[in-house]
Amino acid sequence: MSTAATRGHVEITNVRKSFGGTEVLKGVSLTVPPGGVAVIVGPSGSGKSTLLRTINHLEKADGGYITIDGQLVGYQVRGNKLHELREKDILKQRTDIGMVFQNFNLFPHLTALENVTEAPVVALHRNKAEARKRALELLDRVGLKDRADAYPRQLSGGQQQRVAIARALALDPKILLFDEPTSALDPELVNEVLDVIRELATSGTTLIIVTHEMGFARDVADTVVFMDDGQIVEQGSPQEIFANPREPRTRSFFSKVIEPAFNI
Amino acid sequence: MSSAATTVAQSAQQSAPEPAPASAAAESPTAAAAQSAAAPDAVARPAADYSDYKLVPARHPWRWVGTVLVALGVVAVAWSLATNPRWEWGVVAKWFTAQSVVNGLLETLKLTAISGALGFILGFILALMRLSASPLLLSVSWTFSWIFRSTPLLVQMLLWYNLGYLYEKISLGIPFTDIRFFEVQTTTLISQFAAAVLGLTLNQAAYSAEIIRGGILSVDQGQLEAAAALGIPAWRRSTRIVLPQAMRAILPTAFNEIIGLVKGTSIVYVLAYSELFYTVQVIYNRTQQVLPLLLVATLWYVAITSVLSVFQYYIERHYSKGAVRNLPLTPLQKARKFFATHAAVNFDRVNLDRAKDIR
Repeated sequence: MSTAATRGHVEITNVRKSFGGTEVLKGVSLTVPPGGVAVIVGPSGSGKSTLLRTINHLEKADGGYITIDGQLVGYQVRGNKLHELREKDILKQRTDIGMVFQNFNLFPHLTALENVTEAPVVALHRNKAEARKRALELLDRVGLKDRADAYPRQLSGGQQQRVAIARALALDPKILLFDEPTSALDPELVNEVLDVIRELATSGTTLIIVTHEMGFARDVADTVVFMDDGQIVEQGSPQEIFANPREPRTRSFFSKVIEPAFNI
Repeated sequence: MSSAATTVAQSAQQSAPEPAPASAAAESPTAAAAQSAAAPDAVARPAADYSDYKLVPARHPWRWVGTVLVALGVVAVAWSLATNPRWEWGVVAKWFTAQSVVNGLLETLKLTAISGALGFILGFILALMRLSASPLLLSVSWTFSWIFRSTPLLVQMLLWYNLGYLYEKISLGIPFTDIRFFEVQTTTLISQFAAAVLGLTLNQAAYSAEIIRGGILSVDQGQLEAAAALGIPAWRRSTRIVLPQAMRAILPTAFNEIIGLVKGTSIVYVLAYSELFYTVQVIYNRTQQVLPLLLVATLWYVAITSVLSVFQYYIERHYSKGAVRNLPLTPLQKARKFFATHAAVNFDRVNLDRAKDIR
């Protein structure tokens, strides 16, 4: 969205992945430009989350590859082979890629502030005072500065997810991945999280979001990607995808998930 | 009852002025009481005002009956302990702090501390091996637990002590060659103490490995994923993220094991090792005061267990940080709150509020 963004170009090329005998990703290719906001939608089991998790190598692809700003994720080229990186180097790459999980996955035995400062201190070797200052700024940005010393269990679901977003931002990532960030929330708490993500969408960080919130997808996305059965069925601007889907499969999906009042 | 009805009717008039009363009768107190059952479908009546009423807690007569019965039982036991001369409390008192008994106690504590610490360290390593992706590490760990959990501790103990019979010398060198760096007689290396520590440690390791493994497995997989996604290194992931959370599951069973080990050390009497239990045995064989001396040992075991239980409480409390919304009060805090609440002669609002603030 922001024109100033120069980093965070994601290029997914023909990625395949199977679990047991089931092929979950059947050769997926997708490009997200720097600062772009791609929202991936589709029925459960269509491979959305798996695709997202291959981007930071939490899930190792069986075939295909992913580059970020031209650099391979999880591999390096030696001769004509791709060698998997050592864990240390993969961890280093991951500090450029923030991830926000459906179930927050905050560390329950650490306070909100400790959750946010942990990674910058141990993964980026920032000094503690500096990390703390930055963490408080980030907590302020998500509206939780006064809850810095609360433990996750003392926070509501929406607040926990906002802390999780601050935690991901603490590494100053080029890219942020959101894996159904509002699916575990009560309906009344969804908006406080979506508002934070909306604000991020204009900040120049590349966002890749898996969600079931169609209204939000239409608002925030540059590109909407519709996935089904391990493949990208259709992608385009929100107007194209929501108003004039070309594929019958896309049309039938949206006719089920979008309430009539919302039809454009 | 009539005064109550008046209050209800008055409050109905005060708090709901605009909706016209369903009927003129509502203005008369007696009629209002009669109407409440007769006309449920009338305009919803505003809630009555009970703010001046006194609260009377529910009574629990059977709880009191149970309490009295149990108290009687406790008194009866205490009475018999105190008055039956055959307990020979004088003898117990005489031996309780005798030098030989205290020495035995220190040996028991030493054995417990050393084999407990070594056992849990080895158990931790075995647990990590068991969770490893390497089939060899996994099966070695499994086999270790299998063997040491399926043989009686008594047998293990005697086996270690008699190792000299199986292997006369123990040496360190390059296998399949004649090069030896060092060689000793097994019997000089394996003293009673060494056999006791070896037996208790290995046995303890087999059990604690399972406890630690269970604790690690109880931590949600998402925690590891989140840590990995944040680029936190593997060692830090284990020590900072997983172990502190695993401790909640590990601690209760681990303390069970340690308390078991305190008393389990008494098994080394078969090696004639003079810890607490062996010491009192030696004494009562001489003096024939069997029960009083067993009581001496028992009281010491109770004392050790009590101290350990206090440690357990506070350590568990420490690791429950973040797992419960608010930490429970410690006994000390509870006592302070109790006195703050009940010490005052007049039970008033101020005291109650103050009690709430004490955390």
